[in-house]
Amino acid sequence: MSLSQAEVVLAGDSGDGAGGSLGRDAWRRLRRNPVAIAGAILVFLFVAVALLAPWLAPFPPDKPVGQVTPTSIPGPSAEHWFGLDDLGRDEFTRILWGARWSLVIGVVSLLLGMTGGLLLGLLAGAFGGVVDTVVMRFVDMVLAIPGLLFAIGVAAMLGSGLEAVMIAIAVVNVPIFARLLRGQMLAQRQSDYVLAATSVGVRRRRIVLGHILPNSLTPVIVQGTLTLATAIVDAAGLAFLGLSSNDPSIPEWGRMLADTQRYLSSAPLLAVFPGLAIIFAALGFTLLGESLREALDPKYRR
Amino acid sequence: MSLLKVEELSVVFRQRGREDVRAVDGVSFSVAPGETVGLVGESGCGKSVTSLAVMGLLPRRGVLVEGSIAFDGTELLTLPADKLRTLRGRDMAIVFQDPMSSLNPVVPIGVQVTEVLVRHRGLSSGEARAEAAELLRRVGIPDPARRLREYPHQLSGGMRQRALIAAALACSPRLLIADEPTTALDVTIQAQILELLKGLVADTGTALVLITHDLGVVAGMCDTVHVMYSGRIVERASRHELFASPRHPYTAGLLASVPRLDRPRGERLEPIQGSPRDTLPWSRGCAFAPRCRNRVDECARAAPELHGGSHSLRCFNPIEAKAVNR
Repeated sequence: MSLSQAEVVLAGDSGDGAGGSLGRDAWRRLRRNPVAIAGAILVFLFVAVALLAPWLAPFPPDKPVGQVTPTSIPGPSAEHWFGLDDLGRDEFTRILWGARWSLVIGVVSLLLGMTGGLLLGLLAGAFGGVVDTVVMRFVDMVLAIPGLLFAIGVAAMLGSGLEAVMIAIAVVNVPIFARLLRGQMLAQRQSDYVLAATSVGVRRRRIVLGHILPNSLTPVIVQGTLTLATAIVDAAGLAFLGLSSNDPSIPEWGRMLADTQRYLSSAPLLAVFPGLAIIFAALGFTLLGESLREALDPKYRR
Repeated sequence: MSLLKVEELSVVFRQRGREDVRAVDGVSFSVAPGETVGLVGESGCGKSVTSLAVMGLLPRRGVLVEGSIAFDGTELLTLPADKLRTLRGRDMAIVFQDPMSSLNPVVPIGVQVTEVLVRHRGLSSGEARAEAAELLRRVGIPDPARRLREYPHQLSGGMRQRALIAAALACSPRLLIADEPTTALDVTIQAQILELLKGLVADTGTALVLITHDLGVVAGMCDTVHVMYSGRIVERASRHELFASPRHPYTAGLLASVPRLDRPRGERLEPIQGSPRDTLPWSRGCAFAPRCRNRVDECARAAPELHGGSHSLRCFNPIEAKAVNR
């Protein structure tokens, strides 16, 4: 009893304008979480570098700027911070430009995958019954195949190229978003407010789009952030396996990693820099996503 | 002329691999405009299921509804779904027990109140907002224009229930069902909400079905009271009769288990023995028999029928009627 009274008092207080909406509440907890801040800084750096690469980079990314031979590849120096790569291009510049490619691949494949997944999930969650069964069996089938393996298959089928990589990663993410949204919507369908809206005659479409959907999106936001991390890693993985663009001038981290294999003994640092770049970008989105999950989860609310 | 006439309503929940559950078993009652009818009983006696059946809100799969529910002469059980949706909210509405969960947490109050007006009266969103503010003011919410912009968690429990009542009343329905509208609220707010409902019935002639387990609420509100046990009505009387001379042992037990100011202070409350789980199926006798003080041999042999006129009851060995002076 005392607990519910306390809640009533609290609710009354915030009603007077001091408190805030659900989003503001989550924002407050996010700001206090050091993990969230670390993630946000990494993500911010990554996005900033990606956007500003042409201005930040000291050299052109696709032209040789120094002399190299297969046996002597200059390491880091004052002029070339990360050294030169096997074709004499500035490694630091290529890492900066690589952020841009990673971001584009990550965001495009996320948007494609999320759109497809949400449409399927919405279909299953809104209609239920046979539609739900058909959609979900399809999703189960796709999920039975390991993600990266499936992406390799799709990318190989579409032929190499950046579009193929993006579509492959998107396809892998479709069932994940579909199942997530569908599960959320089914849970919301049983809720009292849906019954209450039904009881005043609100139409089905409006209940689904206006009531159930907005309540089901929180985990989708979290999943989206986490998916950016896996998309960046998957894109690097596909490029490493030679399934990315054939154009060697495109500074893509996974491809850079693959191209330096031959020089691992003479210039090991060339593998370290793109590797670290991939790790930090993925880490940033993962930390941010996980702390978002915590901030938005009502179980952690205080 | 009654507005709502429920006859021999039965609701059976069927689930594969399990025995059918007969939650409501031949319930009949009627409500006239301006009248307040109470459905009273313990948890699980079928009162909420009855209200959901009347509103047509029971899931279609796995639920068998039989009998007749006539609203203003229209049979609801055979009415097409879209006609029923139009009726809901416009001509009949329901207020649920828990105002905490009956409002959508991510949708502002204003949207939730106005969507009824937009749906049934075809108002533009601007007109609907003005109307909604007026509705909130009518149910006693101060500063309604601001409240419309707020989210449910910014309102107290009593305010939320008022907002829900406002949404239910938006189109001046002729029938309002209140399913334990005050259970989740504390006592002072309870009284305010009940006063609000009472005023509404008096002002607009709305027929009110009040579903509750709280005899105090019944005493203050209802014209006629139906006491339910295990899916059937066991006693039906005017409020006055019921409180002055309860005749079914279950009703008497309910009354004896509530503290009263007009009894000596030292007197002990008498709980009803056992729990609703100690119930006999009606097919084998009286469902209340295992818990009944007035049990006779006959009770375990056959189910009693509902008999009697204005004060009817379902019992083989009822408590003697007291002379009721009005």
